[in-house]
Amino acid sequence: MTAPVRLDGHTAGALGAGQVAAAPARRASFDRPILWRILSVALVLGVWEIAGQIPINFAFPPFSEVFAAFLRMMADGSLPAAYAETLKPLVIGVVISTVLGVGLGVAMGLSRLSEWLVAPVFIVLQAAPMAALVPLLTFVYGIGLLSKTLAVILLALPVIALNGYKAIRNANPTLVAMCKSFLGTRRQQIVKVIIPDATPVIFAGLRLGVAAGFIGVMLAELLITPTGIGDLITYHRSVADYAEMYAAVASIVVLSALTLAALQAFEVRVLRPEKRGS
Amino acid sequence: MTAMADTATLTRPAGPAAAAKPDAAVSVRGICKTYTDVEALRGIDLDIERGKLTTLLGPSGCGKTTLLKIIAGLIDQTSGEVLVNGRAVRGPGPERAFVFQDFALLPWATVMRNVAFGLELRGASKTEREEKARHYIAEVGLAGFEDKYPHELSGGMRQRVGLARALAVDADVLMLDEPFSAVDEQTRRKFQEDLIRLREVEKKTFLFVTHSIEEAVYVSDRIVLLSRRPGRISEIIEPKVDHRASPDEIRRDPHYLDTVESIWQGLRNYVE
Repeated sequence: MTAPVRLDGHTAGALGAGQVAAAPARRASFDRPILWRILSVALVLGVWEIAGQIPINFAFPPFSEVFAAFLRMMADGSLPAAYAETLKPLVIGVVISTVLGVGLGVAMGLSRLSEWLVAPVFIVLQAAPMAALVPLLTFVYGIGLLSKTLAVILLALPVIALNGYKAIRNANPTLVAMCKSFLGTRRQQIVKVIIPDATPVIFAGLRLGVAAGFIGVMLAELLITPTGIGDLITYHRSVADYAEMYAAVASIVVLSALTLAALQAFEVRVLRPEKRGS
Repeated sequence: MTAMADTATLTRPAGPAAAAKPDAAVSVRGICKTYTDVEALRGIDLDIERGKLTTLLGPSGCGKTTLLKIIAGLIDQTSGEVLVNGRAVRGPGPERAFVFQDFALLPWATVMRNVAFGLELRGASKTEREEKARHYIAEVGLAGFEDKYPHELSGGMRQRVGLARALAVDADVLMLDEPFSAVDEQTRRKFQEDLIRLREVEKKTFLFVTHSIEEAVYVSDRIVLLSRRPGRISEIIEPKVDHRASPDEIRRDPHYLDTVESIWQGLRNYVE
């Protein structure tokens, strides 16, 4: 019975702000999708809060408690320390996957020989259920940073490489013919037409690859080496600190979402000037 | 392949215009083109006069675009040869410029960079190519749109960008592949009028592909009628439309209407 009251207390600020701004200028708010996005997030958090307050399960804490646990873990340093541990293999793995994946993808798209040589490997890797392969890494490479980094690469590299390959292969043939007819060399064709034309799909692959990298590092930490965020999740579950466990889970979800959004913003801002402001 | 050589002799003798003219910008000699199992062109002989606007007209699938792309050096012929300014074509060349049916603009580049792209590929300096591009952007009526992106322009304006890009490289022969087919009717008419004016100003050889009879008669000095697949030259017509008259006068001129009608009667057989 106390639930609705608590809900108002906790989320009225967020909801109210959205409504106040939207009500007097309803039409204008459609031009500002940011309001609707905030509303969407607030709605989900609101439902979470209600479900946690009922509660639907003793192991399902409301958002407010999770958020408090998050602040506690930030304050006592356990969350930052865990992130330092988790981000190392993630960043190294994603950087290697990006460089190697885009490079191999472009090479496969441009040359039949490298397509025949490399593409089958990635197609098999992409189809393989990676969670089953991750424990094998432990046997071969132990439980250290190398193993975790390899897990990230194993998940991120195929999707980045295959997207790059498809992007290059599907570059607009009319633009290629145009470049040829205006006497562009093969090099100019690749650098000035094919690669720029392929960037949106390459970047779509990068976003998928980064998301897969997050999966890889979590799998590694849950299945191989109890360190970082994965360890935090496992530990707090084992001692029934559900708010802390959810805080760790939610924080990695948010980080992943923000990383992908930042990648998209970078693409539009830097590489596709025509999409700016549209 | 061997059948090609035989069939070449079966085509109608080259018309009077095709007999060695002293000033042909483009000479097409016995061009045949066969895709794996489709014969697209058979024994095309044609001289395209310098400084004139020649149109390749025919039903869809007659190979007119194929012929244009062979002349452009974008497609290899099965047999025969193309001479431009007396030299055999081995691929695209600086004396030819192409306007694409679907515009082929770089979506990530501004109007300025798109128009200057041909010059950029040739290694012209930034100031030089932008100066030239600015001139031709104005020439096609797009002054003030230099910093726009293609998606901000209408179809007609995009094709003007394509035209300006082809003009900017200062080629002798300008090839246009159904340039107005993706453009609405009003824009199309305006474009045709501009093309006629441009032809007076630029003194280039225009080679134009269309499937519109009215358009062909309206803009052309000569119309090369191609038959249905395999494409052969079925007739060469010189419409003799007086382009000094106003566009509306031309469109109501009985001679213009008769020419359109007679071409239609000729093409009718192929359409059935």
